[in-house]
Amino acid sequence: MFSPDSDGRRKLLMDRSAPGRVGTTMPPLDVPEQALPPADMLRADLDMPEVSEAELVRYFSQISQFNFSIDHNFYPLGSCTMKYNPKLNDEMAGLPGMAEIHPRQPAPTVQGALKLMHELQGLLAEITGMAGASLAPMAGAEGELTGMLMIRAYHLARGDTKRTAALIPDSAHGTNPASAAMAGYDVVTLPTDANGNTDLDALRAAVGDDIAGFMLTQPSTLGLFDTNITEVIRIVHDAGGLLYGDGANLNALLGRVKPGDLGFDVVHSNLHKTFTQPHGGGGPGAGAVMVNDRLLPFLPSPVVERRTDADGNESYDLASPPQTIGKMGAFHGNFGALVRAYSYIRTLGDSGVNAVSEDAVVNANYVLSQLKDLYDLPYDRTCMHEVVFSARNLKRDYGVSALDVAKRLIDYGVHPPTMYFPLIVEEALMIEPTETESRETLDQFIGVMRRIAQEARDNPALLRDAPHDTPNTRLDEAAAARRPNLRWRPQ
Amino acid sequence: MDSAGFTSPYTPNTDDDRRKMLDAIGVDSIDDLFLDIPAERRNPALDLPPPASELELRREIEAMANRNLTPGEYACFLGAGSYRHFVPAVVRQIASRSEFMTSYTPYQPEVAQGTLQAHYEFQSLVCQLTGMEVANAGMYDGSTALAEAALMAARVTRRNRIAVFETVSPYLRDVIETYTEAPGLETNPARAGVGEHGPAVTTSSPEDGTGLPPDTACLVVQQPNFYGYFEDMAPLSKAARDAGALLVVSVDPLSLAMFRPPADFDADIVVAEGQALGVAPTFGGPYVGFFACKQKYLRQMPGRIVGKTQDTRGRAGYVLTMQTREQHIRREKATSNICTSVGLIALMSTVYMASQGKRGLRHVAELCYHKAHYAASLIERIPGYSIADRVAPSSREQIFFREFVVECPGPPSEINERLLEYGIIGGLDVSGGYAAQNGMLVCCTEVNSREEIEALASALAEIGRDYVQP
Repeated sequence: MFSPDSDGRRKLLMDRSAPGRVGTTMPPLDVPEQALPPADMLRADLDMPEVSEAELVRYFSQISQFNFSIDHNFYPLGSCTMKYNPKLNDEMAGLPGMAEIHPRQPAPTVQGALKLMHELQGLLAEITGMAGASLAPMAGAEGELTGMLMIRAYHLARGDTKRTAALIPDSAHGTNPASAAMAGYDVVTLPTDANGNTDLDALRAAVGDDIAGFMLTQPSTLGLFDTNITEVIRIVHDAGGLLYGDGANLNALLGRVKPGDLGFDVVHSNLHKTFTQPHGGGGPGAGAVMVNDRLLPFLPSPVVERRTDADGNESYDLASPPQTIGKMGAFHGNFGALVRAYSYIRTLGDSGVNAVSEDAVVNANYVLSQLKDLYDLPYDRTCMHEVVFSARNLKRDYGVSALDVAKRLIDYGVHPPTMYFPLIVEEALMIEPTETESRETLDQFIGVMRRIAQEARDNPALLRDAPHDTPNTRLDEAAAARRPNLRWRPQ
Repeated sequence: MDSAGFTSPYTPNTDDDRRKMLDAIGVDSIDDLFLDIPAERRNPALDLPPPASELELRREIEAMANRNLTPGEYACFLGAGSYRHFVPAVVRQIASRSEFMTSYTPYQPEVAQGTLQAHYEFQSLVCQLTGMEVANAGMYDGSTALAEAALMAARVTRRNRIAVFETVSPYLRDVIETYTEAPGLETNPARAGVGEHGPAVTTSSPEDGTGLPPDTACLVVQQPNFYGYFEDMAPLSKAARDAGALLVVSVDPLSLAMFRPPADFDADIVVAEGQALGVAPTFGGPYVGFFACKQKYLRQMPGRIVGKTQDTRGRAGYVLTMQTREQHIRREKATSNICTSVGLIALMSTVYMASQGKRGLRHVAELCYHKAHYAASLIERIPGYSIADRVAPSSREQIFFREFVVECPGPPSEINERLLEYGIIGGLDVSGGYAAQNGMLVCCTEVNSREEIEALASALAEIGRDYVQP
């Protein structure tokens, strides 16, 4: 038994400080000293850490090893697309000519950066079957907000002010209703039918001249391609609404179908999922939005335009679409993520983009086929890039929950799947293997999952106490919320 | 195009693997797995370039990078929300550890204590730097942090008017407007002036002396302001108080190593663009927004929050907490839609703050201050140029941090074009804005050497001769 904080690795920076230690040195002042402002404006004291560089490196290296990462092992976190992040991309984003350039440099001095952005706009528009793109949104949720603001601007520009609500399926990510609300919409929740598709009767009953649009994740968070899609889009369009495509699961569709061809009006893509920007322990991401012709004038600012002069010389500039919804951030989006996405798509090329969806879908269906005898499968269909099981049978028979299964996986060196989501599946375990995992890795995972199902029968306590070998056992989240301790304070 | 024959370094399964897996699944071909897609839309033509090898692609992207004029090779005096500072090697080294870089949002705390503890450190240092009681684990950037602060103020006060002080960056104001318009908030510019009853801050005429309207949710102030000058915070704070509005301040985090924090003036929410602390300019992102507030508003705060707790064996550990504010639980009633944020960039700024530490941060801030004032002292002696004493009646005369406004003898865009011939990227063109007719916003940090600053002054003198009548 350990006492609290007995582990020296957990000691915080301020508790490691000693007056006089420094972590780096800076040059002395090389200009004449200038008059200081009045003392009443100056800060008397600021307490910050004082640690040496070596201690800093050792501390962060030690706590880094408490983390599970995709470079470390299999990370089948459903809907998060934890695929391998190519190293080349990081080096390209770190080139001084990319990392050191200032966002307010005049366009003629940043032609390389603007060209890359312009090309990426084109690649993403081609992949999604859309007319144009803006790379401005800084994460998927901001891409959603961007899309809903464009839908709003579209209706208002037509003088259509009655549309005050957005339709969202009950299986959607929480970001969808939250984004719709931030765009000023009431949220109307639509049920999912018995096959895991949009409930068409409910949709027909819900649409009307008060509905601005429908936010649909395709494939859905159940990992299923909504086979009602053509009819769904017809119904919404006939009622004057627009179709928002949440591209969180775009990995399944690459090269196989273009959301624009299906009739979506706007789709966002999480570049940190499908296009390998590393997740960074919770970002940064990027949430590029792609639109069809009717939303093109409303794209957020900036977009990159290519111009050709009379002599045929090409140049690139930042531009603001004519009826733009405005700025989603102070600058031009998360450029570092854009360099990585560009590098990734160019490495794959046309054939590689197809291989992504193929292997992602084969891998998920392979896992499905090898585990469906032991874990309940609420929707027994061919899945796309991920499969959603339910641990309700284990809970019913042995009192073991999805949480217990997830935590036990940690003991076997595997990151848990997404749990308890989508909300419409009881005891959900959402598994997304991604295309970057080999058959051998999947076989190991399948073996572990089968063994855990056996353990649930034979020794359920083993699961309920899991994980066993991590720096912390299960943590008391209720206590954390009840008595918030959110920062270091002097002892 | 058929993918047969293509070998991607990122997809390990071979045709043999796929065959075995398809047999196990019980289908004949990969195509059989995609039959749910409407046939007429399936397998469209895809007009993408062919695959590029690592060597080819590296050459291509390096060529693109080489088409950019890179600050460092060029002297650069741009700031205006993105700052060039020296980043110690330790920052990049730690942030490039794959344990931090390739992990997801810490939903499973037992396997994410590294990220969670680092975020707790970040929250702690943001609190110490801003002098505020609580902070979250970061927003996308400083501009969205400010926009979300305005939304939060509207929730806290149940009011709908956002008063944005006139010296707030137009780039920040743009984002506030994008975020606040759709949910029905009204954004008004606020000005300072001397009214009948003394100094007043108002969204109407400064002379009417009535102060802010009583339905104001918050007064948004930038400190130092967009033009680099310090606002006199006390009357702004009083104006917010008198109206029952929150005081929301967007602050330059490096300035806090030297200047008194807005917390001293009873600020309710303090946000910052954290990029200056350890993050390269990167053409505008990814950056990190700092978000701090008074404890009493904690439950209205957007974003991820990490809290300290105990495990089943009584050991300390960290978790994501206060999650009932968040979209995955509260859905349309959440305090924000934010999900993926900027964990890695928050880590970079944490390592930067710890690396510079108490003395280093103050030293860097002072280097910036002295160099900027030295540059101003050289430029104001050049015929045809002058330095704005202040930019608004509210700002403190001559007191700026690392940016200031130069009134040029001609259009700054022209002067900047000429400066490139001297190997200098000049300041931001702010002509026609609040400050000055031919205003150029010049920024100096510790990376601008004395030689660079003097070269700027002498280039401006030479260029200025073409505009100034002898």
